[in-house]
Amino acid sequence: MSPTLAVFLKECRESLRDKRVLLNALVLGPLFAPVLFVGLLRFTIARQIEQADKPLPVVVIGAERAPELVTALEQQGMESLPPVSDVETAVREQRVALALRIADDFADDWRAGRPAQVDIIYDSSQRAGGGQVQRLRAMLQSYSWRTGAMRLIARGLVPSSGTGLLIASRDQATPQARGALLFGMLPYFLILSSFIGGMWLAIDSTAGERERMSLEPLLINPVPRAQILLGKLYAAAAFSFTSLTIGLAAFALAARLLPSRQFEMSLNVEPRVIASIVLLMLPVVFLIVISQMLVAAYARSYREAQTYVGLLQLLPLIPSVALSVSPVTPQLWMYALPLIGQQLTMLRLLRGEVVTALPPTLSSLVTIVAAIAVFLLARRTYESERLAVNA
Amino acid sequence: MIEVEQLHKSFGSKVAVQEVSFSARDGEITGLLGPNGAGKTTTLRMLYTLLKPDRGRISVDGLDAALQPLEVRRRLGVLPDARGLYKRLTARENIAYFAQLHGMDESLIRQRTDALIATLAMHDIAERRVEGFSQGERVKTAIARALVHDPRHIVLDEPSNGLDVIANRNLRDFLRQLKADGRCVLFSTHIMQEVAALCDRIVIIAGGRVVADGSPEALREQAGERSLEEAFVKIIGAAAVEGLA
Repeated sequence: MSPTLAVFLKECRESLRDKRVLLNALVLGPLFAPVLFVGLLRFTIARQIEQADKPLPVVVIGAERAPELVTALEQQGMESLPPVSDVETAVREQRVALALRIADDFADDWRAGRPAQVDIIYDSSQRAGGGQVQRLRAMLQSYSWRTGAMRLIARGLVPSSGTGLLIASRDQATPQARGALLFGMLPYFLILSSFIGGMWLAIDSTAGERERMSLEPLLINPVPRAQILLGKLYAAAAFSFTSLTIGLAAFALAARLLPSRQFEMSLNVEPRVIASIVLLMLPVVFLIVISQMLVAAYARSYREAQTYVGLLQLLPLIPSVALSVSPVTPQLWMYALPLIGQQLTMLRLLRGEVVTALPPTLSSLVTIVAAIAVFLLARRTYESERLAVNA
Repeated sequence: MIEVEQLHKSFGSKVAVQEVSFSARDGEITGLLGPNGAGKTTTLRMLYTLLKPDRGRISVDGLDAALQPLEVRRRLGVLPDARGLYKRLTARENIAYFAQLHGMDESLIRQRTDALIATLAMHDIAERRVEGFSQGERVKTAIARALVHDPRHIVLDEPSNGLDVIANRNLRDFLRQLKADGRCVLFSTHIMQEVAALCDRIVIIAGGRVVADGSPEALREQAGERSLEEAFVKIIGAAAVEGLA
């Protein structure tokens, strides 16, 4: 048996006997993110659906001046609330979310066929504001348009002559693309799963092994340290990869459980796509794990290693957040950035787009080169005297 | 045969070992005696190639440790100062792991492990996980792990640390047995009685230097004293002896 294989088997066996490692690497790591994600998404979707059907409560000031308008709005789903005094202050103090004020001279203007004044009173800094204001404004506009059309007919004119433009919105996003917008954070969660999966073993087999005083006896064996490092690397990578696969399977399942039809969107989680993602992530897993081991080898103690590795896993969050908040048109050079390139490709795969071979190949090559570079650094750390001797 | 010549090592500005020379012969037990902090562990760490000496030369069976570190390690069985075992593995798995790293095949591993378990009377703990072992059981497992590849040279750093009287007696018997096999045994200690009872040759280290080297009888003669303790006081000074036990 080669020494590397011996180290690999021993690290795996020892980790499989550690309930804490198992729980973190194979349960919490891969499943925490999907569960949180699906929960959050279901909650958001349920709220939006609920709000769309719910009556819209509006405090109406001066309803008696425009009974027909109020009736028309109520037919569209508005719920009239009794008026309050000093409505501006009431809105500012959040006692009232949304108010409609019908101007004092509304009736006169209306009868004379002049545009009649109505005020929507709201506070745009409040969360509830946006969507509700839009709904009320749309109701008012549709009423305004109907009234205007009827006035034109009464004067013997064709209503459409008052409309200069006919505007229709035709969204070209495929249902998958709309889903991917919501799932923009998914690549990061997959990367996070790989991080958490490998983290325990990476720390435990370097900083942990040194702290438990077993690194010195290990290094006295007639085995080049690079081979020991490789064995540990493969073991950590195996756990990381398992964690990733479990996380990916959980997401694929979650994507089917979501009420995505209500949003006319779907996520492409065919087996072919899942397999491509697994393949794409393979070099990423090695880069992540060897970076963790390098950091853990530098640290003077287990706790210090945990702190550094914890900070390390926030690094890929930055491009992920940037990508999901403001999606960019991917340029070829972006695929040459490890982790970012793979995230872009994963998003395209999930959207159901055709992915050509060049960008993912470029990402993989760059990631492999980066992993080898970090490995060489880690090997240098492993071969230094201070690795085993704390004195 | 282990030969150490003019060894020198410093960490930053602190000189740990200077001009240390001694040799340990096959079929003999050599004791490295010195108070804590005298440079014993650093010397041994250079010997088993964990540390690189700044100057000086180490050879094991004529092989230069600086040039052929892997070959030298193959010939050494080491019980280092750090005894760390893998607590989630059984004693037998701990021993087998190091045997695999020595490139031994499964049947040989089985045979050697069984032999060591018998010699060290480890039957009752062999299949148990190391977590919860007593200090004596840990040292036994660590010794078995260090000797699984049947090395000709055995280097032990403070092997009696933390052992009770019975375990200590068993350890001495075991070291004598290794000597009787014709092996070269080198161990460090800060306990005078231990070297007096066991060693064919005593190397006394104080302040990073070798201050005396010879058989117990030679040391007694050199000092003109009957007891070894008095001889030590005369040779290395009362202050240094206070660091010994």
